[in-house]
Amino acid sequence: MSPITYFFSRLLQIIPTFLIVMVIIFLLVRALPGDPAIAMADAKATAEQLEQIRQRLGLNEPLWVQFLYFVRNVFTGNLGDSILLKAPVIQVILERLPASGFLALYAVSFSLLIAGPLAFVAALNRNGWLDITVRAVFQIGLSTPVFYIGLLLLTFLAAQLRWFPVGGYGTTFWEHMYHLLLPALTVALYTSAIIMRNLRSSIIEVVDAEYVQFARAKGLPEHLVLGRHVLRNALISTVTLLGLSIGNLMSGTLVTETVFAVPGVGRLMLDAIFARDYPLIQGLTLMFTILVSMIFLLTDMIHAWLDPRMRVK
Amino acid sequence: MTMATFEKIASLNLHKRPGFLVGAFILTMSALLALFPGFFAPFDPNAFNYSALKQPPSADHWFGTDNLGRDTFSRVIWAYSINMQMAIVATVFAMLIGVIVGALVGYYGGIADAIFGRCVDAIITFPFLVLVIAVVAVLGPGLTNMYIAITLVGWVYYARLMRAEIMGQMANEYATAGKVIGCSDMRIIFRHLLPNAITPVLTYWMTDMALAILLGSSLGYLGLGAQPPTAEWGVLIAEGRNFITTAWWLSLMPGIAIVLTGLGFSLVGDSVADLMRPRG
Repeated sequence: MSPITYFFSRLLQIIPTFLIVMVIIFLLVRALPGDPAIAMADAKATAEQLEQIRQRLGLNEPLWVQFLYFVRNVFTGNLGDSILLKAPVIQVILERLPASGFLALYAVSFSLLIAGPLAFVAALNRNGWLDITVRAVFQIGLSTPVFYIGLLLLTFLAAQLRWFPVGGYGTTFWEHMYHLLLPALTVALYTSAIIMRNLRSSIIEVVDAEYVQFARAKGLPEHLVLGRHVLRNALISTVTLLGLSIGNLMSGTLVTETVFAVPGVGRLMLDAIFARDYPLIQGLTLMFTILVSMIFLLTDMIHAWLDPRMRVK
Repeated sequence: MTMATFEKIASLNLHKRPGFLVGAFILTMSALLALFPGFFAPFDPNAFNYSALKQPPSADHWFGTDNLGRDTFSRVIWAYSINMQMAIVATVFAMLIGVIVGALVGYYGGIADAIFGRCVDAIITFPFLVLVIAVVAVLGPGLTNMYIAITLVGWVYYARLMRAEIMGQMANEYATAGKVIGCSDMRIIFRHLLPNAITPVLTYWMTDMALAILLGSSLGYLGLGAQPPTAEWGVLIAEGRNFITTAWWLSLMPGIAIVLTGLGFSLVGDSVADLMRPRG
């Protein structure tokens, strides 16, 4: 299968999934107790004003017609207005997205820098003291909630030692790097624990594989065995792992943004919930799922590109 | 669990695994604290004491006191009841629903299975926390609604696992034999296939309980789970956040309980998963 056909066949698979996602999001907001019109209007609205809102939102139509409206609106990017920020939902989200994207990429880089080398060291010294120490530390990392890691870093490095700012985002690139260092580290400490654990076992699997033993048997120097055969395969599983843990990454950034007051979409989601800003909640949930399915697709593509076996299938 | 599973566990010398032993010890202690908090806590968790406000950890108050003079150590102990309850309540219903749906879908296959597959794909496209938070947003914050939200999302993972296991078991001869001697479908599914297919689900359940505690306390911290003044680890940490520069112990001490309990669950869970993995 050529890469292009593969891409389109994967894209086709996404369509029914995405349709169900939209049904879930649609029903979620419709399941709200009470009248959405009352939720969207201010407290002093008259009966006529409420009726107007119902008309405008199509709330008097049958449910399936409302769903079709919703689908049309999603595809035209018309997600309504945020009650909290009095601006179009799509605009509010796009304003907040860069900070979260920056944080996520920053965190992924950190995770790879932490997990990659340690997984290698642990796997190559299997059951040695180094392996046991690394695994024990990461086991503790996995049992620590993200917000607690964040709070520890915030308390000691930002509030007590004053090495870092306690929140915010800054305006220039280097200010972003500085402001988001602790938040990125917070997310990375958690995600790297997941990556390191899986990477270690996949490296162990590869090291024992027959083709690696064959590479050794034919006299290939050890650094080439590791570089050419083990590393390449480890890379494949890392990509897959990163793709699959995108949900964890987003959950992590959501919590971290509230701890460090980063003006991103995660923090926006919580603000929206406490303000009962349903158009915004709906828009954000949709955005998160679109991002995840895009990442899943991208992961599959990179996987197919790295792993020749995928191309034959 | 079947007798064979018990024998398998007994033959694996669990007591020779330090990770399992440490985990089991932590869980036993946690269970005792959760069941009898009044016995272990030195103070009333909700009693104000205006003569001891924001005191650092001392011999009297091991974890210090908060801005109302409440003893943090006692509050952390009382929170064990809530947080251990989370591990059970947030997972058990999801497991029950997941096991039943997964078993039925796996056995009957066909159109139900196809629809199920699409739904699973859709639900796992949501980041877990985002979907749970969205459901809590609709239902309103609070402990009960949090349980409902986690169950609504979490059952899918059990169902997916159960479906795959049931389908694997159906390839065995004993399943066909049941059919041949005229057993009803329900009898084959729940008496013949299920006992053989349940082990991976129970293993996942152990890890899920650890996740439930982390998730529950995170939601408590964000203000979406248990509500103040309930003593719950996430809530305690959130309450202490305002005093992080003047009274660090308020936020940092409850976290130790989370890490320890989470560690207990994952150590036991990992050992069990390790043992259940078919070897050879």
